[in-house]
Amino acid sequence: MPDTHVPAYPMQRDCPFDPPPELSRLRAERPVSRVLLWDGSHPWLITEYADQRAVLGDRRFSADVRKPGYPHVTAASAARRRHSRSFISMDEPEHGRYRRMLTSTFRIKRVEELRPRIQRIVDGLIDDMLAAGPPTDLVSAFALPVPSLVICELLGVPYADHDFFQRCSRVIINSTTEPEQAVATSDELRAYLTNLLDQKNAAPEDDLLSRLVVEQLRTGEMTRSQIADMAVLLLIAGHETTANMIALGTLALLHHPDQLAELRATDDPKLIASAVEELLRYLNIVHSGRRRVATEDVEIGGQLIRAGEGVIVATDSGNRDEKVFPDPDTLDIHREARRHVAFGYGVHQCLGQPLARVELQVVYGTLYRRIPTLRPAAGLAEIPFKHDMLVYGVHELPVTWEDSR
Amino acid sequence: MKVTVDQDKCIASGQCVLLAPEVFDQRDEDGVVVLRDAEPPTELNDVVGEAAQVCPSMAISVEE
Repeated sequence: MPDTHVPAYPMQRDCPFDPPPELSRLRAERPVSRVLLWDGSHPWLITEYADQRAVLGDRRFSADVRKPGYPHVTAASAARRRHSRSFISMDEPEHGRYRRMLTSTFRIKRVEELRPRIQRIVDGLIDDMLAAGPPTDLVSAFALPVPSLVICELLGVPYADHDFFQRCSRVIINSTTEPEQAVATSDELRAYLTNLLDQKNAAPEDDLLSRLVVEQLRTGEMTRSQIADMAVLLLIAGHETTANMIALGTLALLHHPDQLAELRATDDPKLIASAVEELLRYLNIVHSGRRRVATEDVEIGGQLIRAGEGVIVATDSGNRDEKVFPDPDTLDIHREARRHVAFGYGVHQCLGQPLARVELQVVYGTLYRRIPTLRPAAGLAEIPFKHDMLVYGVHELPVTWEDSR
Repeated sequence: MKVTVDQDKCIASGQCVLLAPEVFDQRDEDGVVVLRDAEPPTELNDVVGEAAQVCPSMAISVEE
């Protein structure tokens, strides 16, 4: 049991673009330390980059949410993930078996083939914004529709239903949602996707859900409900994360006008790609930590972690580790940031990262060039940040620009 | 520089292909790494080293 004061986790931010200052203090003073969770448990919090890669790259740390000691994010998340389990909550070899059913879709070459289509989606939404005129909410007009349209086309989910699945998604990743509501909403989304899978089975199309039906359901490799659980994960992960990177990334750039000016002026794909990596590092929107439970006694950073103890890897802290990223709190689009752990690390590292990269490259390379006078229409104090969500960002982002209609 | 890859460990994150497409490719059927050049020219040492460093499943080994 802890011998000193145990801080509560998650912690409070001071600056909307920086991780909580308590994380930097722990990283300097006690990089592997106990924290207090919502359920009264005391898992280990890992704040240094090197220790984080050591944990996430070590199969003795399990991602299985059913194991005792697993440090659940919220009661709702515990209830939901026990109820509907996808490969994100599995260990090897089970995890790899399911993941490999999807990896073909996220190959670099395959995702590059989507770039022209993503560019057309981005340009079309900017056309609509310009035609409607300022001001607008960048989240609902642009940041959410871009990844939502892309993941819908990829999976074969009708975008016309976006009000429904975006609402489900918001409920599921809201940290104040009650367990019963989280499970009910998850079931609602799963029922919708199961129905869609039946339609694909009757008449397969050229999309990922159809492919899963043909290759996995019809061959008996997976059940309908397993594919539906997988589809829930892909649909939520496919738009929530990228949408937040688009809106919060834009706000961060608007507050770093020198960096924004450089990005606006360049057509060098390498600089745009570098800016994407740096914004991923700097913002690290998955701010509730990657969670594991030790299955054996393991020493991390000189601290013995015993079998059955929970571990939280705060990648927002690792991405600001001065030993890896000099002057870590400075946003610098020229920085070598690719080593960041914003997508996680180890076998569970983000499946959709190639797609997220292309979407963000297209967005950051297009939006500020096409609307060069884009600026916030509200001060930072008036912007609703997502302190209440498991993925960080902004609920709304009022923006304006010089109207030249 | 001598490069080896472990296809059983690979999770198809694709980062090596982004960094050094001359050296790494992915299988069509599951995105698993394929080595195109096991002894790449020295001018690629840095990017190949970086690919090994960022690989999330430690599937790339490099010998000087």
